[in-house]
Amino acid sequence: MDQEETRAKPALAAREVAKAFDGRQALDGIDFEVGAGEVVALIGPNGAGKTTLLSILAGISEPDSGKVEGDGVAWVPQQAALYRRLSVRENLMLFARLQHEAGQTDEDPQAMVDRMLELTGLTERADDQVGTLSGGNQQRINIAVGLMAGPSVLLLDEPSVGLDPAQRERLWGFILGLVGTGTAVAFSTHDIQEAERYAERISVVAEGERIFNGTADDLRREVESGGVGDLETSFLAFLRKHGH
Amino acid sequence: MRWLLLKDLQILRRSPLQLTLLVIYPIVIALLVGFAMTRGPEQTTVALYNAMPADESLGFGGEEVDGNEIRDQLCGRVDCIEANGTDDARKMVESGEATAAVIVPEDFGDKIRSLASLDPQPPEIQVVVNGSDAVESQVTDDRIDAMLGEANLLLAKRLSEAANRYLDLILKGGELDLFGQELEILGLQKSERILNKLEPKLPPGTDRDELARAARFAQLATQNLDLAGPLLTAITQPIKADKVEVGDDAPSLDTFAVGVTVAFALMFVTVLLVAGSLALEKEENAFTRLTAGLVTRGRILAAKVELGTVVGAAVALILLVGLGLFVGIAWERAPYWLLALVFAAAAFSAAGAALGAAAREVRAATLAAVMICLPVALLSLVPDDAVGSAVETMINVVSAIFPFRPALDAITGGLEISGASIWLSLLHLAALTGVYSVLARLALRRF
Ligand SMILES: Nc1ncnc2c1ncn2[C@@H]1O[C@H](COP(=O)(O)OP(=O)(O)OP(=O)(O)O)[C@@H](O)[C@H]1O
Ligand SMILES: [Mg+2]
Repeated sequence: MDQEETRAKPALAAREVAKAFDGRQALDGIDFEVGAGEVVALIGPNGAGKTTLLSILAGISEPDSGKVEGDGVAWVPQQAALYRRLSVRENLMLFARLQHEAGQTDEDPQAMVDRMLELTGLTERADDQVGTLSGGNQQRINIAVGLMAGPSVLLLDEPSVGLDPAQRERLWGFILGLVGTGTAVAFSTHDIQEAERYAERISVVAEGERIFNGTADDLRREVESGGVGDLETSFLAFLRKHGH
Repeated sequence: MRWLLLKDLQILRRSPLQLTLLVIYPIVIALLVGFAMTRGPEQTTVALYNAMPADESLGFGGEEVDGNEIRDQLCGRVDCIEANGTDDARKMVESGEATAAVIVPEDFGDKIRSLASLDPQPPEIQVVVNGSDAVESQVTDDRIDAMLGEANLLLAKRLSEAANRYLDLILKGGELDLFGQELEILGLQKSERILNKLEPKLPPGTDRDELARAARFAQLATQNLDLAGPLLTAITQPIKADKVEVGDDAPSLDTFAVGVTVAFALMFVTVLLVAGSLALEKEENAFTRLTAGLVTRGRILAAKVELGTVVGAAVALILLVGLGLFVGIAWERAPYWLLALVFAAAAFSAAGAALGAAAREVRAATLAAVMICLPVALLSLVPDDAVGSAVETMINVVSAIFPFRPALDAITGGLEISGASIWLSLLHLAALTGVYSVLARLALRRF
């Protein structure tokens, strides 16, 4: 069931990463990897350590032990990290300029902004304040900022939370469009259906450890013979079986 | 980094309500405080009763001190009203018509004259205060102290002038009017010359030696007393230096009130703006994104301090120019007060950044900003002599670690033509900017 050998060299990998907050172990020597162009879902109960793992993979926080390999990683935080009072264009322009200044991209900021507006399909709303946009559109800009430096891996923390099914589908259309161009995606979610629908592979995290890694069908097979039925039911049964 | 600053200015422009409140509220508070500062002293009315005979002259040693002159000195800093007698003066205080009464006793002139005699008796005046209001009577005591200080200064000056004249007389000789009789005083210099001239004419012997000794004494005395004049003036110098603090040369109340107004507005605008704006980075989640390889925490901090310095100094400048329409402002000292505004704005910005980094939430940051700024600033305004020494020490410590007092000192120093040097205050502000920046940077580690 361990599929890590199926990919020659992962684009991004965490090896025995551990992290504690105030003596509580958030990550307990966890392994995780994303292959080039792959889409991986991270699921698990609240407080399992998904956000902590993604932020360590993104290089935003430091692990206590273990190591992270891979570069060209972009991080898209769960809540839109945007200035609500600024327009869509102003937000994109600010981050384009900062990335340009930080040497993360050679692209001219103005050209980058235009490209991102086109990519998100928000050219018409370019001069609206971000705070007035719908959650789905805010999330698109949020992701667009993450894409500016042309990452090889995109890390998304609960990207579709709070979106209605139509918005969610449009968002995923947008994300999968990126995967088509070779960008790998790892995302966390509490929506098991979303994980099954969009991810090629699922990792289950509980109490800072990876307790499952494989396809949705593999997960079903873990708890019942035949591998049919509702994945959420299988997931819950799987968690119970492992004492969570 | 300029992009971060530009972004913050754009956000400010997009938030007209907050911007208006951010500027208007501090200015209103500042003007109120400044207004209160200027109103205070005008309300002190002192009842004056002079029991000295009206035509009595206060001359001593040929120096005339006019009763009116003393009166003018006493009444220079307060409103004086005339009382008809001791009881009348007391009643005025009891009824609240006057905050205090000053009664000049009948023998005041004699006592003053005795100062220049061999048996000096200190002149005393009687002060009546209404003790029912602690704050009021404290303020009044200060005022009366100041009044007496000025009157004393006048007397001291006249006394030293009189003493100088006596010395001159003893040294150089001249006419002295004593009980209506003209006396011819020989003077030590002349005595020495006469004695020296006499000496060779006398036959050698004991008398001649005596004479030589007397001549030498006269010579020595002349030399030493020559020094006594400047020395006597020097003794009165400390009193004269006091006058800078008490008299009209000290920062005028107008300048002080302008300084307080500007410092208050600058403090609120800058601390609120920087604390709120830094906390906003956290609230908008942007901080994580910015620090994920785009900019360092130090640069975000620097951009915020820059924002506060630019906006705070600009608002303070506009306020100062606005106030300049109503009160006199030393435009020729603009380089000094501009420097003071910029240094003060930087220190307040750093303090605001530390607060915002600690609070991590816009509401909490702004609330904390108001709750800390207001009392600390008001504390810095409590006059030293209004409290006990332990409290005074505490106030001085608080005033030293928060930028308000040094900012106020720098701004008033910058505005005052004869004002104290502002360099020490600027240094103080620069040090506070450094300290608070370090604190802010530390707080940002767990932002
Ligand atoms: N900054 C922090 N300080 C202290 N504890 C933290 C911090 N961040 C995370 N934790 C703790 O680490 C554990 C893992 O948290 P994490 O946010 O990674 O979980 P999660 O899987 O993302 O949960 P959720 O599904 O609710 O988002 C939790 O117990 C959490 O309380
Ligand atoms: Mg999470």
